[in-house]
Amino acid sequence: MSFGDFLANNLHQFWILTGFHNATWEHFVMLAVGLFFIWLAIKKDFEPMLLVPIGFGILIGNIPFNTTAGLDVGIYEEGSVLNILYNGVSAGWYPPLIFLGIGAMTDFSALIANPKLMLIGAAAQFGIFGAYMVALLLGFTPDQAGAIAIIGGADGPTAIFLSSKLAPNLMGAIAVSAYSYMALVPVIQPPLMRLFTTKKERLIKMKPARAVSQNEKIIFPILGLLLTCFVVPSGIPLLGMLFFGNLLRECGVCTRLAKTASNALTDVVTILLGMTVGASTQASEFLTPQTIGIFALGFMAFIIASSSGVLFVKLFNLFLPKHKKINPLIGNAGVSAVPMSARISNNLGLEYDPSNYLLMHAMGPNVAGVIGSAVAAGVLLGFLA
Amino acid sequence: MKRICITVLVAVVALIAASDASAQGRRGLRLNEVMVTNDSSVVDDYGRRSAWVELFNSTFAPLEISSVFITDDPSNPKKYPVPLGDVNTRIPKRQHVVFWADGQPSKGTFHMNFTLRQGQDNWIGVYDADGKTLIDEVVVPASLAPNTTYARSEDGTGEWEVRDGSGARHVTPSSANVIRDTNSKVEMFAERDENGFGMTVMAMAIVFSALLLLSVCFYVISKIGEHYSKGNKAKSHGAKLQELAREERPDSDSGEAIAAIAMALHEHLDAHDRENTVLTINKVRKAYSPWNSKIYNMRQAPRH
Repeated sequence: MSFGDFLANNLHQFWILTGFHNATWEHFVMLAVGLFFIWLAIKKDFEPMLLVPIGFGILIGNIPFNTTAGLDVGIYEEGSVLNILYNGVSAGWYPPLIFLGIGAMTDFSALIANPKLMLIGAAAQFGIFGAYMVALLLGFTPDQAGAIAIIGGADGPTAIFLSSKLAPNLMGAIAVSAYSYMALVPVIQPPLMRLFTTKKERLIKMKPARAVSQNEKIIFPILGLLLTCFVVPSGIPLLGMLFFGNLLRECGVCTRLAKTASNALTDVVTILLGMTVGASTQASEFLTPQTIGIFALGFMAFIIASSSGVLFVKLFNLFLPKHKKINPLIGNAGVSAVPMSARISNNLGLEYDPSNYLLMHAMGPNVAGVIGSAVAAGVLLGFLA
Repeated sequence: MKRICITVLVAVVALIAASDASAQGRRGLRLNEVMVTNDSSVVDDYGRRSAWVELFNSTFAPLEISSVFITDDPSNPKKYPVPLGDVNTRIPKRQHVVFWADGQPSKGTFHMNFTLRQGQDNWIGVYDADGKTLIDEVVVPASLAPNTTYARSEDGTGEWEVRDGSGARHVTPSSANVIRDTNSKVEMFAERDENGFGMTVMAMAIVFSALLLLSVCFYVISKIGEHYSKGNKAKSHGAKLQELAREERPDSDSGEAIAAIAMALHEHLDAHDRENTVLTINKVRKAYSPWNSKIYNMRQAPRH
């Protein structure tokens, strides 16, 4: 072999390993999706904390490379760095850590002061099971249908947790769909809220919530854990961490731990979760007809969940005395997109009456939605895993 | 002294819990399948056929079985101790290991120092490391034919039955007694609940029940708390609970009314000189997300 042949052979081998040689049109589609997410986040200030890690993760996960060369760089190649980071998603331990942070951030006072608002959080879970039924009609198996339907819970970590257990191959599409629709809550919910309420109902003023004692705040996570997990033990990872985080916050003697859980830890896990979820959307796994079905079902689940929350409040009002009526605009907050959906309730309420602040009232069903979707995930896991 | 007592108590409880956790794991060990006469069935590492006993880890965690005892003699529970130091004695979750009853322990960890008696009932027991706690036992009937096994119908839990290879009664050394290629729960829902209505009814009932239970509990707790706070207030006023004047709350605490009262009080009480200050309130429009705005929306963590 001449020196020229030697150089040519090695350069040819190198060319085979490059992204240019291995690129397909699917890769470019996914790279465009990733760039679009990053553009939305940076230029439009649209869910930046979420869309930057996911968008960049999509770029990382869709750089073409020779999968037969044994480079150990792909997210699905066992032992690669990305694969190790992805373990938090595939084995389902990132979502409980996020729940720990959510618990440490969330003030459950509104819910404790007005416990009946918890039922709105339960009613909004109809979105999950409505989507489950339609998914079965479309030909998904019960476990796949359950994993897709949880998008209706409007809770990204829960969706990732459940799909990693029930349908790992659909997890990328489910996670991206769940987070996309959470970002679109301000677009999806207001028209539905207007559609299902009258002007008179939108003007209902609710009594300010009573002050909640610290003892009640401490009892809440303990009792909440025991009651919900005795009913649905399969919800222990999510509910356990949620209530643990809340106890750290409310007990008053673990301030440092509560701060770490709600700030540094949540930030670290959010970065890793967003990036690896994005990277899991490899073109070969992601660009399938199933993904379109998942996005359509997710959209429908969101609509059912938001609508059922509002309609449930209207139904509930039939049984309440006049001075205790609930403004149905807080019904949408039963989906657990905390605190976005509560903020939408507040904004819409102010639109019709500038002195009608619904934020704290809406936070009740909002955090009940977090608990409700975790319980629903536990139920699906118990029945189908 | 009190602090030391509490520390010691916590340490003792933790120690008991830790030791119990290990014991709980070993209690999940099960005798799963036994062959007494092996003429034409599976062979060992040396290519020889002999009787065998299959153990099953029925738990969902790896189980270390070294120092556990296997015996065929109730009067000698420590007859064959599973040796220490072999990595293969750690049974993965829901997996099996086979021990050869060939009376030749020198051949390795999984060769026991006793044999099973053909044509007689064989009692086999598994004892924990203390040699006293019986984990599992079985009596293999004398009528068991050659090359058939006495096994549980389901791994770790089912009734014992004779397995002769007919129908679904396969002889299954080191593998599951029931071979499954699908998730039975998913299959059942696919068959019995095609449209998902059953799942919806059950799941929504459970979700509502869980949150209703929580709701009722907190309603009761808030009432109890209210009662106690009134009681304490009455006590501090030196009056009976019934005599305490009922606090009236306005029908609505509007933000405007509260702000007006606060401003009036400020005007009335403020003794400082008037200063030129301008207070500007601007509404900030920003697309918040659940990821970046929670801390602005909720109460900060308590501070000392």
